[in-house]
Amino acid sequence: MEPELSRYTPIVGEGVVNELRLLGDRLSGKRVVNVNSTRVGGGVAEILNRLVPLLREVGVDARWEVVEGDESFFALTKNLHNALHGQVVNFTAADAATYDRVTARNIERLDLDADFIFIHDPQPAGLVKIRNGHGGKWLWRCHIDVSTPAPGSWEFIAPMVEKFDLSVFSAPQFARSLKMPQVLIAPSIDPLSDKNRDLPQGQIDSILSGFGIKSDKPIVTQISRFDRLKDPVGVLEAWKMARKRVDCQLILAGGGATDDPEGAQVLGEVRQHADGDPDVHILDLPPTSNVEINAIQRASALIIQKSIKEGFGLTVSEALWKSRPVIASAVGGIPLQITHKYSGILTHTIDGTAFWIKQLLSAPDFAGRLGENGHRHVRQNFLLTRHMRDYMLSFLLLASGDQDVIRL
Amino acid sequence: MPNLDAKQPFTFLSGLPLTLLTGQSARDLAELLQQLRTAPGSVIYHHTHHFLVQHQYLSPEPPNDFAYWISNILLEEQLGEQLASVDILAFKSIRELRDRLAEILQRHLDRVSDVRAAPPGMEFHFMRSVTFVLPTGIVAHNLQEFRDALKEISLSSIAYHMFDARLRLEGGDNDFSRWIDDDVGEKALATSLRNIDPYTHTEDGLRKRMISMIDRWLGR
Repeated sequence: MEPELSRYTPIVGEGVVNELRLLGDRLSGKRVVNVNSTRVGGGVAEILNRLVPLLREVGVDARWEVVEGDESFFALTKNLHNALHGQVVNFTAADAATYDRVTARNIERLDLDADFIFIHDPQPAGLVKIRNGHGGKWLWRCHIDVSTPAPGSWEFIAPMVEKFDLSVFSAPQFARSLKMPQVLIAPSIDPLSDKNRDLPQGQIDSILSGFGIKSDKPIVTQISRFDRLKDPVGVLEAWKMARKRVDCQLILAGGGATDDPEGAQVLGEVRQHADGDPDVHILDLPPTSNVEINAIQRASALIIQKSIKEGFGLTVSEALWKSRPVIASAVGGIPLQITHKYSGILTHTIDGTAFWIKQLLSAPDFAGRLGENGHRHVRQNFLLTRHMRDYMLSFLLLASGDQDVIRL
Repeated sequence: MPNLDAKQPFTFLSGLPLTLLTGQSARDLAELLQQLRTAPGSVIYHHTHHFLVQHQYLSPEPPNDFAYWISNILLEEQLGEQLASVDILAFKSIRELRDRLAEILQRHLDRVSDVRAAPPGMEFHFMRSVTFVLPTGIVAHNLQEFRDALKEISLSSIAYHMFDARLRLEGGDNDFSRWIDDDVGEKALATSLRNIDPYTHTEDGLRKRMISMIDRWLGR
């Protein structure tokens, strides 16, 4: 069977794939165990599903463990997640006891014997307490925006985080005051996944017509959960202002309305604001709709990501990978993905978003250049192969000691 | 002669960068200058070179993060232009480059009475670059093989031999020109390659330019 890694060669080039194999040689036989809190759903599981087999292919003995917990543990870690994002939550001694109890149970059941123990997010961070009995190096990967944590939340995890040998953050503003090396590693998209691979035009057309969407007017799209932090109502307002000058239709597509009471409420508000306008298509999609999202993005003239707060905002890279011009808010990791007026447009207000919708729909050549630059930027910086390289370099940094130039 | 073996073969290396966060940031020019003066070389190297690797389509636009932040976030376009136009090729070490950047900032601050702060969330975050040097396994014994290898190697390899080797490792010259000069003995070709300003090209553009120069030479 054809090795998986070689399937990336036509996209990133022979040189990049060779470098990954050479780095794998340097880590050959090293045991890496990844630990997170779920095997399905969410960006972390999506990445590990692809990265673990690729690491194994280049010779790294990589595996993946998942912590188990009860309802009270996951309620606590959900609160912790929200609090690290800035939402005020009170943590009690009982919370700490719940965390310690579940951590102790996972220490008993998980095999953490490895050269590199790679812990993802706060849920499994407590496992680090057994580090003294292990010769391995411990890495903590924070996928959350911890730039403005609510009081008490960072303090909850700090005693654990400080025990690690290295931490990894997704954006520069997330860095904390820590004694260990802090590495900047952006997340990535997989160009071969259903959400990002090339699609034949016939399939794109049939998916769009399945949703009852005609291609007679340019399509403006936001793909996001129905969540207030993604501001779908703001997108609708901006589109309404722009449509007075340029005829176009709007797609608001996403999930989250079935399993989240707030999502259902936001979806209701969006429908109310749309007021039955036939040019507004509101699609509440199930989580498996990867090919559908891919087709909608490819059929769009313009993609919006008008978030109020973002962790990294990978939907921006997904849209840019399809060479679509993107208008997005300058929050979280979005400015790493878009350089204003070169690889997309960064806006701060509804008015600004409306202005740029008009501008880009009226200047398709300029919009096309933004999309093309964006595609090249994503190819260079936000594909899975770069992510894999950065993980291997982080292991090698720990193995070699922190120096400016490391000869392998 | 182009197809005669060089005194020493050329071994292509890759310079793979890993970005480390320092946790330090600046809100305005005074803070930027203060941090810049004491920042280690790996920080200056990162902020003057990562743009070239990450934003392949932008060159010859913003060549360094300091200039980009000052022009686009602080909206001090004149100062940004001054920093963007610093000729990095004229410096033999990162220390000299840092002193020049600090001098420009200091001169500006001496002239103005108040400094503008970046909007919240748009601060300048200091980062540093660790370079992992990796032999690619590609070796050229003569100019023809060298030219063929240039087509194959990754952008990280071009970056290492053109930028890291000259400035970061203080080699005084890029590795390609040095090899063609010392080991192939083609001094005129070495000089032409040395005179290319790599900071005004994307790395892919640089690759094509070097190949076409060598092709002209081989076709003589």
